[in-house]
Amino acid sequence: MYQFTYHRVDSARKASNLAEKNEDAKFLAGGMTLLPTMKQRLASPSALIDLNSASEKLAGIEVKGRNIHIGAMTRHYDVANSKDVQEAIPALADLAGMIGDPAVRHRGTIGGSVANNDPAADYPSALLALNATIHTNKRKITADEFFTGLFETALEPGELITKIVFPVPSKAAYMKFPNPASRYAMVGVFVAKKGKDVRVTVTGAGSSGVFRAGKFEAALTAKFHVKSLEGISATAEGLNSDIHADAAYRAHLIGVMARRAVNKANGK
Amino acid sequence: MSATGVGASVRRKEDLRFITGRGQYTDDINRHGQAYAYFLRSPHAHAEINRLDTAKAAKMPGVLAIYTGDDIAADKIGGLICGWMIHSKDGSPMKAGAHPALAQGKVRYVGDHVAVIIAETLAEARDASEMIKVDYKVLPAVVDMNDAVKQGAPVIHDVSGNNTVYNWHLGDKAATDAAFAKAKHITKLDLVNNRLVPNPMEPRAAVGDYEPGTESFTLYTTSQNPHVARLVLSAFIGIAAENKLRVIAPDVGGGFGSKIFIYAEETVCVWAAKKVGRPVKWTSDRSEAFLSDAHGRDHLTHAELALDEKGKTIGLRVHTKANLGAYLSTFSSSVPTYLYAPLLSGQYDIPAIYAEVDGVYTNTAPVDAYRGAGRPEATFVVERLIEIAARETHTDPAQFRLKNFIRSFPHQTPVIMAYDVGNYQASLEKALEMSDYRNIGKRKAASAREGKLRGIGISAYIEACGIAPSAAVGSLGAGVGLWESAEVRVNPIGTVEVLTGSHSHGQGHETTFAQLVSDRLGIPIDNVSIVHGDTDKVQMGMGTYGSRSGAVGMSAIFKALDKVIAKGKKVAAYCLEASAEDIDFKDGKFSVKGTDKDIDFGSVALQAYIAHKFNGQDLEPGLKEGAFWDPTNFTFPAGVHICEVEIDPETGVTRIDRWTAVDDFGRVINPMIVEGQVHGGIGQGVGQALCEGAYYDKSGQLITASFNDYCMPRADDLPSYNVGMTQTPCPSNPLGIKGCGEAGAIAAPPAVINAITDAVGHENVAMPATPLAVWRAAQNAVARKAAE
Ligand SMILES: Cc1cc2nc3c(=O)[nH]c(=O)nc-3n(C[C@H](O)[C@H](O)[C@H](O)COP(=O)(O)OP(=O)(O)OC[C@H]3O[C@@H](n4cnc5c(N)ncnc54)[C@H](O)[C@@H]3O)c2cc1C
Repeated sequence: MYQFTYHRVDSARKASNLAEKNEDAKFLAGGMTLLPTMKQRLASPSALIDLNSASEKLAGIEVKGRNIHIGAMTRHYDVANSKDVQEAIPALADLAGMIGDPAVRHRGTIGGSVANNDPAADYPSALLALNATIHTNKRKITADEFFTGLFETALEPGELITKIVFPVPSKAAYMKFPNPASRYAMVGVFVAKKGKDVRVTVTGAGSSGVFRAGKFEAALTAKFHVKSLEGISATAEGLNSDIHADAAYRAHLIGVMARRAVNKANGK
Repeated sequence: MSATGVGASVRRKEDLRFITGRGQYTDDINRHGQAYAYFLRSPHAHAEINRLDTAKAAKMPGVLAIYTGDDIAADKIGGLICGWMIHSKDGSPMKAGAHPALAQGKVRYVGDHVAVIIAETLAEARDASEMIKVDYKVLPAVVDMNDAVKQGAPVIHDVSGNNTVYNWHLGDKAATDAAFAKAKHITKLDLVNNRLVPNPMEPRAAVGDYEPGTESFTLYTTSQNPHVARLVLSAFIGIAAENKLRVIAPDVGGGFGSKIFIYAEETVCVWAAKKVGRPVKWTSDRSEAFLSDAHGRDHLTHAELALDEKGKTIGLRVHTKANLGAYLSTFSSSVPTYLYAPLLSGQYDIPAIYAEVDGVYTNTAPVDAYRGAGRPEATFVVERLIEIAARETHTDPAQFRLKNFIRSFPHQTPVIMAYDVGNYQASLEKALEMSDYRNIGKRKAASAREGKLRGIGISAYIEACGIAPSAAVGSLGAGVGLWESAEVRVNPIGTVEVLTGSHSHGQGHETTFAQLVSDRLGIPIDNVSIVHGDTDKVQMGMGTYGSRSGAVGMSAIFKALDKVIAKGKKVAAYCLEASAEDIDFKDGKFSVKGTDKDIDFGSVALQAYIAHKFNGQDLEPGLKEGAFWDPTNFTFPAGVHICEVEIDPETGVTRIDRWTAVDDFGRVINPMIVEGQVHGGIGQGVGQALCEGAYYDKSGQLITASFNDYCMPRADDLPSYNVGMTQTPCPSNPLGIKGCGEAGAIAAPPAVINAITDAVGHENVAMPATPLAVWRAAQNAVARKAAE
């Protein structure tokens, strides 16, 4: 770890004020990704702005009409165990419960995960499939516009995520095939249906991060049933290849996970 | 049997401090004025160092010293050694390239040690390391063994133009060729034994300290054998004379072989302590451990098994390439030779065996002993071949094994080993019963109805443990003897300290050794303390590896206890006014035969020390005895493991549904601890079979350099184990112990792969059988079925 200045803030406003003054400062949420990266000297921010004392304002889960609002500092554990989330979007609670291990789930936050946009992270698939909106200290960004590439988002320097708003779907499910070593998603498929709109998103597989599987969406829009996916497969092009899975295997797993997710969403 | 004696499942005495965080590991030791070492490591797999400029780094805050290979050479500190001489077929000695603790002009793998920076804090040392300018001339690297031995491959050490350390062989080639010439059936197989990273929970660490007043060094280090470390550091590397060098291995959190060896970092810390005049500490982080701990396994093997018309095994030939990495680590040369080929007979009567092993240099981390060391590799070859031979000849694999088992003992194999006792069919029959082998067909059908593939795999393993008779290993090239020592110190009121040359780093010696003493002396187990891991306290000893602490280490204690009892009888004789020949010792009491006169052990101890009842000229006062035990043979633990898997053909995910282990470890001191060793060993074996694999890319970068990519088995990868035992007591030591530490890791890999290949109906699935590999095999199986 290199030297840095540490700031603790108790509000989003103070956090963003500080960030504006320190060009290469970083927000510290759960620290599950940021701190190991700093320890390995792969990141060297001049300052850390610790959001943990602002948790009271930045964390929490609220049901507002047909939406669920989740504060950026809400821990994965709290999303997984929230009665509100379990009732309204059980797939989202399931997903949060599959992230990492108990220690990671008690520290890691939804804001940190979304801001980081790891191509193998679970949350991005949910945000994109559920058509969520990311609220920042400056604006609202739709998930479609938010995830722009590997570890890249629409966030501007110093921009702070304050909460994520999820419209409640009529049906949804997440199926994760974990990487055997890291247990991040090697292939994760989130399917969601809201009214006529069906979305199928894939994380872990794409070489530029989370993406929507158009062919699968079209087939399921016609009829939201596993039979609609017969004969439909993902192409290996643009998928990652590594020692754990080559592109062909990942493409195959997208089909398997999609079918299993549809069955699960349909209560099968 | 008493509640704390031999055979009782006594709870581990050491666990109170371990599970309450009160263990004292090397990293817990902090010396006054301690400085920190950071090693600048090579980012290249193969490069010459044109220039090394430390000037700017030396001026960084907190820096005390920066040393390079030149400094270590100037101090006449020798290189790291390989302590086992192997000769090639043609009689020439192995080609050992120099192994300096800090690189001298050349680096040979990613992680090789270029310089050490010693500073007030670790962060300062690391900051300074980034200011060192190294001008490398990057050379082509070679990581693949087949490439390394090709004409024109980059030469790693000048002593070996073809990167070959040795071309070694064992067995009778002519007899084996003759057996193959008359064979009815020949089974052939190409195998990869995947490279593993040991990953003990505690990484390596060292604190070097120098006391100018006495001109003596102390090295605190994570070692499985502190005396061997002292011997090597003193006699070969030249740090100091043995009496001026104390090596302390305090609590050690797992070793699995990787902490046997004498490495660069520990050497540099103790040497540098005198040079900088400050204690020097280094604790490996996990990334360094991946790069620089000696790795395990890494064989490429072609093997053939010859059968006669009755399906009896008549010949075996094996050709193995063993990757030894960029340098020869301490015992590396022996692992793929004498710890491997002598086990190729397995549990089978195979009259002719011939094995060739080529040791190969590559630009990768050194490879040395890792749990099982050679024997898992041998078992994998034998048990895969046997399984496939059974399938090819349409024989039930259990029946095929029963037909070929060795049935009478002692049995001389064609590859050195003389098996003393065993009952292989008893273990197999028990395992078949426990695993409900008979009904596997029904279970396969039930899985098929769910769209799953089920398979069962047997592994009948044997290992040579209790290493080893000193004269025997000496004749095979070992630089040391492999006896063990013990000293039993009885205190004046009858409590006992046992000083043992064995070292516990998870095995539970503080409990099992105390059980033996409690049992034999008839004293409470809490009155017994086990002392180990400090060369100033404990007499010369050889340490713990090769499942030797029970069979060899406890035999030394047993022998010392004999002497204590004999001496005690003499003291008791004076106290009871009888002759020593008339004294019996039982249940902690010395008594005069045929009378009710007796005296307890504690009183005899007191009398021995106050020496009031006898003349000190006739009988020496005190009660303290030492012994060295040199075994007369290896021990041969053997058993049968049966693994049953269920595979999801859609994803390739393998779930281990059942695991049956029936082991013959001879006599067992503490069944609970033994079962724990079995569980841990299977976990590591399953890790090798399903998850673990270390991979370098073509340029020599380690791809699997963290847990993000190197897959360690997790609790949910492992089944619940069904463990049973058979027992044929070992005749070559007084306790009848064979050893249990490595069995699981040896038995498990072929059991898993035999089960998977049974499920997918496919002859070979390489380790690690990841979901990707199994999915491919399942796809092929489905395609083949469709074609049929
Ligand atoms: C062992 C382990 C296993 C894991 N397994 C998984 C897994 O299976 N699936 C998965 O999805 N993830 C996994 N993770 C990652 C985990 O989910 C982390 O929680 C997440 O990646 C980062 O969240 P954090 O709160 O820790 O953020 P931090 O590490 O604190 O920050 C990450 C980045 O986000 C920025 N940031 C944080 N909060 C905000 C904000 N409110 N606004 C703007 N920027 C912000 C930071 O500045 C930093 O750049 C794992 C992590 C570990 C250590």
